[in-house]
Amino acid sequence: QKVSVEVLEHLEHLALVDFRDAEGVERLQKAIQFADQLHEVNTDGVEPMDSVLEDRCLYLREDDVTEGNCTKELLENAKEKVEEYFVAPPGNIPLPKLGERETFLQGS
Amino acid sequence: QVAVALKEGRVTPTELCQRCLSLIKSTKFLNAYITVAEETALKQAEASEERYKKGQPLGVLDGIPVAVKDNFNTAGIETTCASNMLRGYISPYNATVVQKLLDQGAVLLGKTNLDEFAMGSGSTDGVFGPVRNPWSYSRQYKKKSVPESHSEDKEPDWVITGGSSGGSAAAVSSFTCFAALGSDTGGSTRNPAAHCGVVGLKPTYGLISRHGLIPLVNSMDVPGILTRCVDDAAVVLGSLAGHDPKDSTTIQDNFKPFELPNLTDVSKLSVGIPKEYHAPGLSSEILAIWSKAADLFENAGAKVVEVSLPHTRYSIVCYHVLCTAEVASNMARFDGLEYGHRSDMNESTESMYAATRREGFNDVVRGRILSGNYFLLKQNYEKYFIKAQKVRRLIANDFVKVFRSGVDVLLTPTTLSDAAPYMEFIKEDNRTRSAQDDILTQAANMAGLPAINVPTALSERGLPVGLQFIGHSFQEQQLLTVAKWFEKQVQFPMIQLEEVKRHDHGVFQHQKSASFS
Repeated sequence: QKVSVEVLEHLEHLALVDFRDAEGVERLQKAIQFADQLHEVNTDGVEPMDSVLEDRCLYLREDDVTEGNCTKELLENAKEKVEEYFVAPPGNIPLPKLGERETFLQGS
Repeated sequence: QVAVALKEGRVTPTELCQRCLSLIKSTKFLNAYITVAEETALKQAEASEERYKKGQPLGVLDGIPVAVKDNFNTAGIETTCASNMLRGYISPYNATVVQKLLDQGAVLLGKTNLDEFAMGSGSTDGVFGPVRNPWSYSRQYKKKSVPESHSEDKEPDWVITGGSSGGSAAAVSSFTCFAALGSDTGGSTRNPAAHCGVVGLKPTYGLISRHGLIPLVNSMDVPGILTRCVDDAAVVLGSLAGHDPKDSTTIQDNFKPFELPNLTDVSKLSVGIPKEYHAPGLSSEILAIWSKAADLFENAGAKVVEVSLPHTRYSIVCYHVLCTAEVASNMARFDGLEYGHRSDMNESTESMYAATRREGFNDVVRGRILSGNYFLLKQNYEKYFIKAQKVRRLIANDFVKVFRSGVDVLLTPTTLSDAAPYMEFIKEDNRTRSAQDDILTQAANMAGLPAINVPTALSERGLPVGLQFIGHSFQEQQLLTVAKWFEKQVQFPMIQLEEVKRHDHGVFQHQKSASFS
């Protein structure tokens, strides 16, 4: 089954990345088709595996401050900053709705 | 050999460094390096020289030129991951493995080229262009006559290095450094190692710290080691392995660096040949080389048995789902605010993020992010993501069963064929290629097992073919011991680079030392 336009838009919104053209959508279709092969495997009674190191205890260190105070270095790579703040454009403005946006998805 | 030469004063670290740097310049057409850190390298070499003069070298690696894949953070040096998203990004810190190398006195020559964000199996999809396999320029490579060769490209027959750590493999193979770091998530260190005729080691997941390695798939990534011989790999492993408090996924067991014994008796060894690795598409040449290797072990007295890893063919599908899902999550950090590329779009936070990511990522990356998000949607989570995790357990269990039955190492091919010419490779898209090429290497990442590519023989076209050994979890010593024995038996030929030979013959002689240990 083909992926619906609603799901495609939803994905673009979640990922904040666009399909760009029909080829991008086709790529997703193929990816889903490829992944469908998983359903041939019988996994009854099998627990999902998160990590190959699941039998071991994760290392947690003491809650002591051992490093830090590197504000200057961290800010160096940011393009826009003011004093010790990263500057972002205003938030709480939703991405333009499909009708207003220029996207090829309108055509499908 | 080189370390001994340094100790005895037959060559100095600065001389060595300068020779490597000039070799890098003369092999620029390979496009193996993205950034060459000439000044800092020379400074490191000078510091090393001082230590040798005082008779106080830091260790075997002191003064040895190395290269690092460009997805490891290196303080003060640009780290791009071959992507527009990180162009101009100067790391504020060293990845733990980089720091360890520097602490041992190694000389960091530069950052090597890769597929964008380590996604790919050809080292052809980065923004700095594809990496050329040094073997394309060897005397041994028999060029196919290309009737419709385009006149702009002087060498239309050059072959790919494999990926995604192609730059590192090419750098080691062309003698511009003595060891290089790569990363391995689906075979990204072993694949180019096989195509470039070098040793590529993927350590057990959890042995070497990933702190500072820009993550692709947190549950499968490991730093990989590329060297010209197995002994060198053991030396580098010795300096890198061990618990890192900055990486919680490193195990806390004490790691003791080891020297590899010269194995002479393999009669107590049990080698497993997984029949599913006779995958569709495996070239008859490689099949023959694989069989010969199995016979080699048998004739030497080892027990060679056929084994089965029934879920092998699902490992690629499983990887596809888990990888894209983790990638979707890991790439979310690139929003243009704190570092990296930032779009000029300023209307709202979201539109700035969207524009930045549209401009910064290539098609491969975006494709994976979108697929990953699809598999993680609420309605798909159980069906795809959880399902893939279950299949992962089945794959890991396959290995456990086989190893428990008495098998010490598994012997498999590393790639389906020898390196393809670039013009042919790009005819198929990245995902198809990755799915085809990763098939033999991927399962080891799925199960977190150590695996190593050992260059074995030359194909009919005169290109390297390697075989892979997979070992028990955290049993690198055993794995490398067997690999070293095998390496000695096959006597893989040294690359005869024509371009380089024209260079100072004396330089080439020194570079020719295969190992540094």
